[in-house]
Amino acid sequence: MARGKAVIVGIGQTEFSKDSGRSEQRLACESILAALDDAGLTPADVDGMTTYTIDNNEDVDLVRALGIENLTFSSRVGHGGGGAVGTVAHAMAAVESGLANVVVGFRAMNERSEQRFGQSQMNNTGGAKGAGTGFIEWSLPLGSATPAVWTAIQAQRYLDRYGLTNADFAPVSVHLRQMAATNPNAWFYQQPITVEDHQNSRWIAEPVFRLLDCCQESDGAVAFVVTREERARDLKQPPVAIRHATQAVPFESETVTNYYVEDVTRFETGVSTAKTLYEHTGVGPADFQVAMLYDHFTIAIFWHLEANGFCKPGEAADFVRSGEIGLSGSIPVSPNGGHLGEAYIHGMNLIAEGVRQVRGTATNQVDDVEHALVAAGMSAAVLGRC
Amino acid sequence: MSDVKSVERPAPPQGSRDSAFFWEGVGREVLLGQQCTGCKRFRHPPRPLCPHCRSFEWKAVELSGRGTVHSWVKPIHPPLPMFPEGYLVALIDLEEGIRLLSNLCEIEPDDVENGMSVEVFFAPTRDGGRIHQFRPTQEARRG
Ligand SMILES: [Zn+2]
Repeated sequence: MARGKAVIVGIGQTEFSKDSGRSEQRLACESILAALDDAGLTPADVDGMTTYTIDNNEDVDLVRALGIENLTFSSRVGHGGGGAVGTVAHAMAAVESGLANVVVGFRAMNERSEQRFGQSQMNNTGGAKGAGTGFIEWSLPLGSATPAVWTAIQAQRYLDRYGLTNADFAPVSVHLRQMAATNPNAWFYQQPITVEDHQNSRWIAEPVFRLLDCCQESDGAVAFVVTREERARDLKQPPVAIRHATQAVPFESETVTNYYVEDVTRFETGVSTAKTLYEHTGVGPADFQVAMLYDHFTIAIFWHLEANGFCKPGEAADFVRSGEIGLSGSIPVSPNGGHLGEAYIHGMNLIAEGVRQVRGTATNQVDDVEHALVAAGMSAAVLGRC
Repeated sequence: MSDVKSVERPAPPQGSRDSAFFWEGVGREVLLGQQCTGCKRFRHPPRPLCPHCRSFEWKAVELSGRGTVHSWVKPIHPPLPMFPEGYLVALIDLEEGIRLLSNLCEIEPDDVENGMSVEVFFAPTRDGGRIHQFRPTQEARRG
């Protein structure tokens, strides 16, 4: 079947907070209804659903709650937040293959007020089997028990290799908080920070990450709706094309604790998604007007910039310091404030912002967006104008 | 590291059917690696077959216990009271060509350098278990 047929026709979200005061199922339903309403559709139109691991919602519960007649397609991508954009790939594949006509992708979690993500996972005795990763057994017994420590192990090698320090991360954090400061939906709306604030924040994993290198813990939900382009003509919003969407599980790669690839300073999964996307779309790094890059920690922005070819390996710190990721830079990054500034909805809020940027309706709108990259590490997509 | 603290450390896992040999070895203070019988390559984390020659035949072989620091970090927050004060987490490149996460002990963070030579030792955990640890070799200490 010809490419470019699946399009994103709706996005929806709840408020982003530290205590939603309601269930994760309710958050999911609110965001899905908002996305359907944005599109001009109702639950009666939905026959496909996709999310990714570490979401506590079951499709059967959402079908029951929303009054969906039947799902002919349902999937759960692996790899936690790294798999976020895999939902776009699955939705695209389902719609273009005829498995479903209208697919909803979602993420809904109270990951601040309930099970805190940034806290120790020492009690995660389940070993996270089936959750898209196999690392727990090799980390927890050594006291490597938080996402910050898991990621810092790789990041320390990167800093050491290129002669950088934690201070080189400050411009990333300052940029994302500056974007959030003018985004009313952001938790850190009107709260920009300075390099000094970053350097004065306490160590989380020394000498790699300070508090202001870490994404937030957030309560909230985001959803999107995918259908065929022909159907989109009758709907409320101008459709956003999925030029291509892909996943990556390279040899010897691992979710979060990516320690076994030969060169841990190279963002192997991001290199793989970029290769696939560029081959399939003919789009290259110079063709993007905006990039939504998964920032669980500041270092991830460096990794994404290098893996996707916006700068060369080892040059990301200079690239960021010289303002290239700002709104008037060569590749504006996450104008919603990303996970550090807006909220940590595990990449799903980055997808929503990518859609807004292509539509031209974002708060911090980049001029004339033809292509937006949305990259979560083990999954990524090129969105564009129809 | 203080003995009082170290015996509070969580006991290591039993492991899966594919990895149990590693933890069984650690329990008796032997660092074991999974070596392919076909092509002799070592692999970690453990898996049922060799990804290079696809042989399911392998042996648990005692490793030299020597290696170098690939990277390291000092976890600060949240505190984990069951671990020794100021403990370091380090990724170790073992001589046999595999990489293993562990703790780096008997050294101040300011003195750690990627590439420095380290050797294995074993620390007690809760329930009479053992856990693999690394410390600078004598040569590294003198250097
Ligand atoms: Zn072999």
